[in-house]
Parts: sequence; C-alpha cells; structure tokens
Amino acid sequence: MVNAPPAVDLVDLRKSFGDVVVLDGLTMRVPSGGVHALLGQNGAGKTTTVRILATLTRPDSGSARVAGHDVVRERRQVRRVISLAGQHAALDDGQTGLENLIMLARLAGLSGPAARARAAALLERFDLADAAGRQAVTYSGGMRRRLDLAASLVGAPSVIFLDEPTTGLDPRSRQGLWEVIGELAGAGVTVLLTTQYLEEADRLADRIMVLHHGGLVADGTAAELKGHFGAQRLELTWRDEASFAEAARRLGDRTTHREPARLALSVATDGSAPQVRGLLDEIDPDRHGVVRFTVREATLDDVFLTLTGRPVSPPREVTNV
Amino acid sequence: MSELAIRPTQAMVMVGRCVRLSRRNIDAMLTSLLLPVILMLLFVYLFGGAIDTGSAYVTYVVPGVLLLCAGFGAAGTAISVTTDLTNGMIERLRTMDVGATSILAGHVVASVARNSVSTVLVLGVAVAIGFRPAVEPLRWLAAAGVLLMFLLAVSWLSAAFGLLARTPEAASGYTFLVMFLPYPSSAFVPVETMPDWLRGFAENQPVTPVIESLRGLLLDTPVGSAPAHAAAWCLGLLAVAVVLSGLLFRRRVA
Repeated sequence: MVNAPPAVDLVDLRKSFGDVVVLDGLTMRVPSGGVHALLGQNGAGKTTTVRILATLTRPDSGSARVAGHDVVRERRQVRRVISLAGQHAALDDGQTGLENLIMLARLAGLSGPAARARAAALLERFDLADAAGRQAVTYSGGMRRRLDLAASLVGAPSVIFLDEPTTGLDPRSRQGLWEVIGELAGAGVTVLLTTQYLEEADRLADRIMVLHHGGLVADGTAAELKGHFGAQRLELTWRDEASFAEAARRLGDRTTHREPARLALSVATDGSAPQVRGLLDEIDPDRHGVVRFTVREATLDDVFLTLTGRPVSPPREVTNV
Repeated sequence: MSELAIRPTQAMVMVGRCVRLSRRNIDAMLTSLLLPVILMLLFVYLFGGAIDTGSAYVTYVVPGVLLLCAGFGAAGTAISVTTDLTNGMIERLRTMDVGATSILAGHVVASVARNSVSTVLVLGVAVAIGFRPAVEPLRWLAAAGVLLMFLLAVSWLSAAFGLLARTPEAASGYTFLVMFLPYPSSAFVPVETMPDWLRGFAENQPVTPVIESLRGLLLDTPVGSAPAHAAAWCLGLLAVAVVLSGLLFRRRVA
C-alpha cells in the first residue's frame, strides 16, 4: 500500500462557530494504516476536526481529504470508506444488539443474509454474543461502547474515526476497548482517535498529533515527541524558597515544570552524567540549594506541558463499578 | 439533491426499525391507543347529551375522534425525530450516507401504521357503543383513503417539527398544536353554532373537509366537494412538509 493516498490530509483548515475560532489553519496528514491519536485539551478542536472528516460539519475554508476524497465535494465517496464512533454511542435502546447491527449492515448495503452473518460475527468478536438478543438499554457502559464500535465496522470501512472512545469508562472497560482498537489496526484499518488521556495515546497510538488552539503543535511517535522535548527530566528539590526562586530565575523558560509547594522544578536533560553534572553546577553553583535530585524518563505529560504551557491530564473521570 | 433521493432498501430498513421501536415503546403505545378511546367516551357520554347535532351524538362525533386520534398519534413522530437528532443516531446514519428522506420516511410510515391500528380500535369501540356506519365497501375504502392522506400529511409535518425542536420535550409541545386543530372545526359541534369570526376559520381549515368527507362516506350522506378539498389540503400540506423537512434537515445536519 505504498501508493495509497494518505488516510487524512488537511490543509489550512479553518472553522469558526460565531466568534469562536475552533480550527485556526490546521494542516496535518495521517498516512494510511495504524492507530493515530489526536491529543488535546477540551476545546482544542479535536471533535470539530473529526466531525469535518466524517462529513458532518463543513469547514469554513481550507481542504480536507479522506482517502483521497474531498469531504465537501466528494462526500459520498468519503462516506463509503469511513465510519464514526464516539462518545455518545448512537444505538437504539429499544433494539437488541443483533437488531442494531443487522439494521446498520443493511443500511451499509449488505443483503439480508450477509447482514445477519456480519452482525453475528461482529457480536462474537466484540464479546457480545451472549447479549445479542437483549435490548441495548440493558447493556453496561462498556458493552454499549463495544456495540458502538462493532456498529462502526458493519460497512467494512478503511478509515475509522473514534471520538473520545473511552471517555467515562471504568478502567477495565477502557482496557478492553484498547485491545479491540489495537486489533482493528492489525486488520489494516486506519484508526484516528481523539483523546485527552495521555496514557491512552501513549499506549495505543503509533503516532500522536497534539492539537492546541485549533492548530497542530506536535506530530510524531510517543518516543519521538519525548525525545524531541528532552528524553529525560532532571527533577530538583530545593532547600528553601529563596534557593528555589534563584534557581527558577537562572533557568528561565528552560524550566519544564515547577511546583512551588514542593519547592521542586524540572529541566530537560539527555540523562548523561556530564550533562547532569554541568546542569547542577550551573543552577546551583554554591552546592547547597539542591537537597535531592532524580533523573527520570520524560512522559507525554512533560511534552504536553512544554507545548501548551498547561498540564494536560484533567482529573480522570473514573466510574466506580 | 442527494439528500432527497430515496433508496428503497434503506427506506424499508428504516421503516422496519421505526415499527419495531414503536411496538416496543409500550407506554407511548398505550397512550396513543387509550387516549382516543377515553376521549370518545368522554364526548359521547359527558358532553354528548348537551350537544344537539340533529342525530345521535356518537354518530356525529366518531369522525372527529378519528382525526383527534390521528393528530395525536402523528405528533409522536416529532418526538422520535428529535430523539434521533439529539442522541446521535441521525449523525451515524448521515456518515453512512443514508438520505434524509429515508430517515424521515421510516418515522412517517411507522406513524401511519401505528395510527391505522388505533383507528381500527377506536372504530371498534365506537361500534360497540352505538356507532352504525353505512355498509358499503367502496365508501369505506374512500374514507380510509382520506384518513390515510391526512395521517401522512400530519405525520410528515410532525417530522418537520421534530427537526426544528431542540429537545424531545420541546417536540412534544407540538402535540398540543395538532391536538387542538380538530376543535375549531366541525369535528365536535356543527360550525353553524360558532361565532362568525371563528366559523370563518373553522370552515376554511384543513380538518373540516377531512371530517366532512369521513362523515359523509361512513354514514352514506352526500359529501359534495369535501373529498376534493380534503385531498387538496392533505397533498398540499404533505408537499410543504416534505420540502420543509428537506430544508430543515440540511440546516440541522448539513
């Protein structure tokens, strides 16, 4: 599939709702195949991007192509190759899991027998065979999400958009969904998912695109991103407020993270002894300010913080089960 | 206008879906079946004695109750359409390239089917309490035709209102409008008893020719031009509803 057009190709995409600019000249490209994460805070423009790609929202300007087709002028062709599953799990509560899937498979153009076979196979694959005959209203949150994902596969799409697929799920269901998403990519489908969970992007995605204020601020594998913004972090804890303030002043905007309450700050490093020694000498020339230090792997959190000036991880919404 | 193109398989699948969902929505089903019957009993036994229409009141009022029942049932379409819009189902269908007409046709046909069932029920109860229609199959067929046209028009109009409403609660408000329309007509009292200004409205609104047609056809009395007027109103309203819902769908879903 060397010559396959990119799964997604956005050029200078703009979209405003009233006075609110949501996409501000977004340009990005997603190659065919693999799992790609669109990472960003609430309001960064993730959902709008996905809605434009899924032909549900028209961009104000710029171009958006999916598998080589323009999302505005060639909507039909786009709709033939994509599917969308999202936060809301759009299913009929009053229909059983099986009926929901058969209906969608028929709408996707399968004949009656083929639709039944596809529905049964998907229920099996998503571990829902036992619940196939129950109305969806009786499903748990995790089961609904799995049914939603199964529903998005009835038409055998080549590009799947998942808008915050695990938001609101308990950790176990989230884990289960991650495995399924991994399998999709294994089957040759291109998955573009939006998430505000770094852990999710880190675990699942071959490539991560960071969206901030409606534009792309970083693009690469998790390892590349961490490497580019300093693969390691030197975390320093200071004796008192005066030494903390002095060190912060010396480092200026090289500080990647500061926590005044703990008198701690961190700075990027490659982790080599000479460089760490050099840094310590530079920041703490009198050798009595630093009370302890640690060198650790940079996390995506650090990358995010560096890129956007704000920590990403919002308080996790974990449902208790 | 790919939005308005109808693909038979998709439309049939959507009809099957809506009928299945209607059948399983027991609460709505009971309301739409019981309410018209209760209303009929109310009119016949409570108000009927005081209203002089020149014949047994049950004979006069049944066509009106049939329309009341139709309007009420059809308004439920608005609620289902708004629910589909707010829970993301319509968006899923759009990304699968299911056309607006197929989606709405599913709701409308299910509504017509639902209402046909409740119409038969109301008629059955009416006969049990003394309604004696004429026995002439052709006239019955014509009455069924008029009623079906009315159901179709009101259901599709209701679907358009469903596209306009932001929440299912707001959509259900539309029920009142449709429920109210049969009152200022010849459904429950002869229009001659109304004050002039109201009579002018009652004689020229769509429900009156439909009622007059049903009454004439079921009771074997002259109908005059009522069926033609009824057909013109219903088809006109249907055309407006189809175009309006197409426009609203584009605006709402793009």
